[in-house]
Amino acid sequence: MFIFNLLCKYLTTFGSYLLLMGRSIAVPDRMRMFFKRYLKEMSQLGVDSIGIVLLISFFIGAVICIQMKVNIQSPWMPRWVSGYTTREIMLLEFSSSIMCLILAGKVGSNIASELGTMRVTQQIDALDIMGVNSANYLILPKLLGLVTMMPFLVVFSSAMGIVGAYSTAYVGHLLPPDDLTLGIQHSFNAWFIWMSIIKSMFFAFIIASVSSFFGYQVEGGSVEVGKASTDAVVCSSVLILFSDVFLTQLLS
Amino acid sequence: MIEIKHLYKSFGDKEVLKDISTVFEAGKTNLIIGQSGSGKTVLIKNLVGLLAPTRGEVLYDGRNFVAMSKREKAAMRREMGMIFQNAALFDSLSVLENVMFPLDMFSAMTYRERVKRAQECLDRVNLIDAQLKFPGEISGGMQKRVAIARAIVMNPKYLFCDEPNSGLDPKTSLVIDELLSGLTKEYNMTTIINTHDMNSVMGIGENIIFIYNGRKEWQGTKDEVMSSTNKRLNALVFASNLFKKVKEVEMETLPPGD
Repeated sequence: MFIFNLLCKYLTTFGSYLLLMGRSIAVPDRMRMFFKRYLKEMSQLGVDSIGIVLLISFFIGAVICIQMKVNIQSPWMPRWVSGYTTREIMLLEFSSSIMCLILAGKVGSNIASELGTMRVTQQIDALDIMGVNSANYLILPKLLGLVTMMPFLVVFSSAMGIVGAYSTAYVGHLLPPDDLTLGIQHSFNAWFIWMSIIKSMFFAFIIASVSSFFGYQVEGGSVEVGKASTDAVVCSSVLILFSDVFLTQLLS
Repeated sequence: MIEIKHLYKSFGDKEVLKDISTVFEAGKTNLIIGQSGSGKTVLIKNLVGLLAPTRGEVLYDGRNFVAMSKREKAAMRREMGMIFQNAALFDSLSVLENVMFPLDMFSAMTYRERVKRAQECLDRVNLIDAQLKFPGEISGGMQKRVAIARAIVMNPKYLFCDEPNSGLDPKTSLVIDELLSGLTKEYNMTTIINTHDMNSVMGIGENIIFIYNGRKEWQGTKDEVMSSTNKRLNALVFASNLFKKVKEVEMETLPPGD
């Protein structure tokens, strides 16, 4: 009985999510207002995240390179192994999946708390009373804004990870820069970049839509807004991890 | 004119509104009064469509709002203005942008025309000097006046106010009351105000509906409130010491036999 009730609850939540997405993904009432909000969301969700993405990617790139050099490289391994593995890890998993997990925390909580606060202060009701499709007006620009910006963040992240790896060579003198360059260029497959971008766009949709759902559905006060924010981050992260398995299998 | 016919609203097993029928006339300040939890806010939410009634009809000049499609309701809502308890201004927009918002969304005016119209409305509520400020930078009373300006910017036929004086001092409440009453006459709107502020009741109540436990208990004008024999209404109105004394004086001055 408990499992049945739990299943019913999850199905009801999923149904509500689909209905909300149905209302959100529609032709906007006013294109001028939509583009204004779309640009604002690209700035708020994407451009404002560039700093944290670059910072984390730089250090992770450097750390991966150090770990590979210290723990993997041996006389039995080719000289380029550190550069090669750093590139593959950054490109295939870190810049798309792990970076999106980090952004689920930053962007997801931002979206959920913004919409949740709008809900409890009746700003969403005010939009509805005016005859505005509030879901479409508030959520669609966030969805498209984040999906548009995420590929750029992934490319910046990969590039910064490589810069981080080079810093260990030039600043830390852990390995010769030529070996690193050799490894980074070795057996390069351009599809991996596209794979990373495609995956990140799916993850961006998950982050924006799930967080919007939790924020939009808030009932109560500030405690519920905080809870919705946490639920949004947890749910987005779990869904990113699940879909990563399927997308990696599908795109590889 | 708004007419309600046999309106019921339930949440699960709990019936919150029971068989409410009444008429709110245009050009009049209609007040819904009642204790907290009596169903006033649920009634107003049913009128504007934020909640769907379990049974009954809500007729806007003969048009049944309950039976309308989503598209028709959205179009109908452009004839409505609403002032929320906490003003519900958009935090990220300036005062001027808040007032312009409905015009930006629905009017075919040019930018200059929209700014001009919004400034006219801000001028009407004496807030033209605050147009570039953000909601967080102005007082609660000013926020309510911005909400009024936003509500009237599209020349609505129907104006709804949910506790417009809540959290305001008596003097500011009077300003808001006079503003709402004046605008109702000026625009010939059907104004419905949800309140339990007795100063508002006695000041601007041209048609007062008293809700008790989800039922319409009494209906009349502000002049009839003082002479009402309805015990529940008297208990609400004369809960204030000031009104209790006024009532006692009135009863004492009545000729014997009345």
